Amino acid sequence: MAQTYHTTVGSRSYCFASLAELMAKATPPRSGDRLAGVMAESAEQRVVAQMVLAELPLTTFLNEALIPYEDDEITRLIIDDHNADAFAPISHLTVGDFRNWLLSDHATSEVLAEVKAGITPEMAAAVSKLMRNQDLILVAKKCRVTTAFRNTIGLPGRLATRLQPNHPTDDVTGIAASILDGLLYGSGDAVIGINPATDNVAQSVKLMRLMDEVIQKYQIPTQSCVLTHVTNTLEAIEQGAPVDLVFQSIGGTEATNRSFGFDLSTLAEAEAAAQSLNRGTVGRNVMYFETGQGSSLSADAHHGLDQQTCEARAYAVARKFNPLLVNTVVGFIGPEYLFDGKEITRAGLEDHFCGKLLGVPMGCDVCYTNHAEADQNDMDNLLTLLGVAGCNFIMGIPGSDDIMLNYQTTSFHDALYARRVLGLKAAPEFECWLEEMQIFQDISTHRLNDQLPAAFANSLRHLPQEPRHG
Amino acid sequence: MVDKPTSPIVVENPWERLNAFTDARIGLGRAGVSLPTSKLLAFQLAHAQAQDAVHTPLDVDALASELTAALDLSEAPIRLHSHAQDRAMYLQRPDYGRRLNDETRECLQQAAASQQRFDLAVVIVDGLSALAVQQNSAPFLSTLYQMLGSDAADWQLAPLTIVEQGRVAIGDEIGALLNAEAVLVMIGERPGLSSPDSLGLYMTWAPQPGLKDDRRNCISNVRPAGLQIEEAARRFFLLLKEARQLKVSGVKLKDRSEDDVLEGDAAPSSIRNFLVAD
Repeated sequence: MAQTYHTTVGSRSYCFASLAELMAKATPPRSGDRLAGVMAESAEQRVVAQMVLAELPLTTFLNEALIPYEDDEITRLIIDDHNADAFAPISHLTVGDFRNWLLSDHATSEVLAEVKAGITPEMAAAVSKLMRNQDLILVAKKCRVTTAFRNTIGLPGRLATRLQPNHPTDDVTGIAASILDGLLYGSGDAVIGINPATDNVAQSVKLMRLMDEVIQKYQIPTQSCVLTHVTNTLEAIEQGAPVDLVFQSIGGTEATNRSFGFDLSTLAEAEAAAQSLNRGTVGRNVMYFETGQGSSLSADAHHGLDQQTCEARAYAVARKFNPLLVNTVVGFIGPEYLFDGKEITRAGLEDHFCGKLLGVPMGCDVCYTNHAEADQNDMDNLLTLLGVAGCNFIMGIPGSDDIMLNYQTTSFHDALYARRVLGLKAAPEFECWLEEMQIFQDISTHRLNDQLPAAFANSLRHLPQEPRHG
Repeated sequence: MVDKPTSPIVVENPWERLNAFTDARIGLGRAGVSLPTSKLLAFQLAHAQAQDAVHTPLDVDALASELTAALDLSEAPIRLHSHAQDRAMYLQRPDYGRRLNDETRECLQQAAASQQRFDLAVVIVDGLSALAVQQNSAPFLSTLYQMLGSDAADWQLAPLTIVEQGRVAIGDEIGALLNAEAVLVMIGERPGLSSPDSLGLYMTWAPQPGLKDDRRNCISNVRPAGLQIEEAARRFFLLLKEARQLKVSGVKLKDRSEDDVLEGDAAPSSIRNFLVAD
């Protein structure tokens, strides 16, 4: 029998019928929780829920599953993979104490790395609900998650970018033009990753070959990815396609992932298949996952949980398969889940914090759609905050405008802004390449070359005379 | 003393001419590492237009008269409204946008009281871009009605409806109330920065409330600079005929009109591009 939670504030008594309800009511406001009907009914009720949550022992989350163990393979993954030894140093804490401990000088980067396998997504989500934005930033910055394939992502003082050269008809010259633009602005160390306009195996293989040829010809220490369904990529591997990273959108409940058309065994198969190709040079992290608050509710698979708790559970899925990159696509889903710039900002910081605390290499698609109450200023704010928080990577797209997916994310210029004001650098191997290729005049001050570097000047001579575009 | 700068304040990109090959905002140039003022303002204008497309209400009167004239309708289109009262509610409660409000549901029930069966109900919905609906509805339907009229088979059309504050699924309720075998929803799509006027077409066979996306077929990006009206109408008509023959829609009914293009694209030679030309 699940426990209920009671408390009295002044003359009012409050009752929370379950742990899931307590978590939901303690969540900072956002439209998706209102849509799901789980949001706090008043500002006071929210803070009261946070106070009750603060008193709960962390062990509560090991004894009471938010989605039953029998019903959900993500719950089984979380419970079965929980490391009791790693948990020991924090096992006596309440959620409120856990916040204090995370902020304290006891919780160094080394200590946080040791306890991460003892932290469950629900513990991370619970403590995040008590934290202010600056707490989320400070603790995330202490958590270091480093991964590698052809370069090393997530080192302190580094900020990588995914070069996203999407085109509405997958036109190869159009894609190549955006890739060149990005490389010449120093973008692409996290991955060169294309969302295909036509989502099938043949098209994906074509785009994989395109990127592989570019990476090989210019000897770029980076990796490529076509963001197609995991089963398409598995088929591409069988056909002998040059697959660096396997992509999949993931959610925090089994039912969400089933609606996406895969389960945990599919991901295990994909990781093994990509590793068998041995295409990495400095590391073997071969998975690229995308997540985002609201996906479980959108798939009608949230089991009455708040959307941020569902999201944190997705990171349990991610960390099982040793990803190179995990990207929370925070503002893409629309205003029915995150209404405005304030809600998007909060969610981005929560996701980055929870992911890093659990040991996941978090990056963020700092983004919004045109029907959300958000604009470039909101994105500047979140980008800056995430840069301070030590975010592993962001997107890079020409002029912030994704002409295929119809939304706005961070541009090549934005990434250079963040690197410049925060003193951040590209991944080390990629940074060396940028210098060798003379893309920068002075890379230490982020000063770009005014002239076209020789290797690329030569390529431009091969431009077709007749633009196919139009 | 400040040294006179040796390089220009705004540095143009020597690869700017690649612009001819994509609508992506490449070769923008830079002031330091930041956007030059002209490019910044061009972006702001595009974003402002996209936001206006979301928030400008559909001029139903103007659209209704335009359609009545263009399609030579004997009765004006029926005006309907979703359960979402206004745009703010619409944006936050997609569930409200998927069902009719009580008042207009009754109105539609009365209009459909004859129990007559129809082959197709066309439902025009503002969606996230009234601009798309305002601009593209009449040209598209003129083309489609011509195709239906000159087809060998007979097509009985239900009364045309126009819905305010609606989402795609509201068409299924309307199609069911009108006793239609199939429903076509024409809806304003979420505006992109360079496409504030994009219309989406959704078809359901045997519409009824509560159906999911897997029962619908979609044709997207219908606008002057995207998928042309003629081609969109041709594709839709093919789908509709196929649906009528097989009595299904959605994932069980593939859009075959693009198959040739896909096979052509998959040819290994087609990855050639200027970056890897030699």
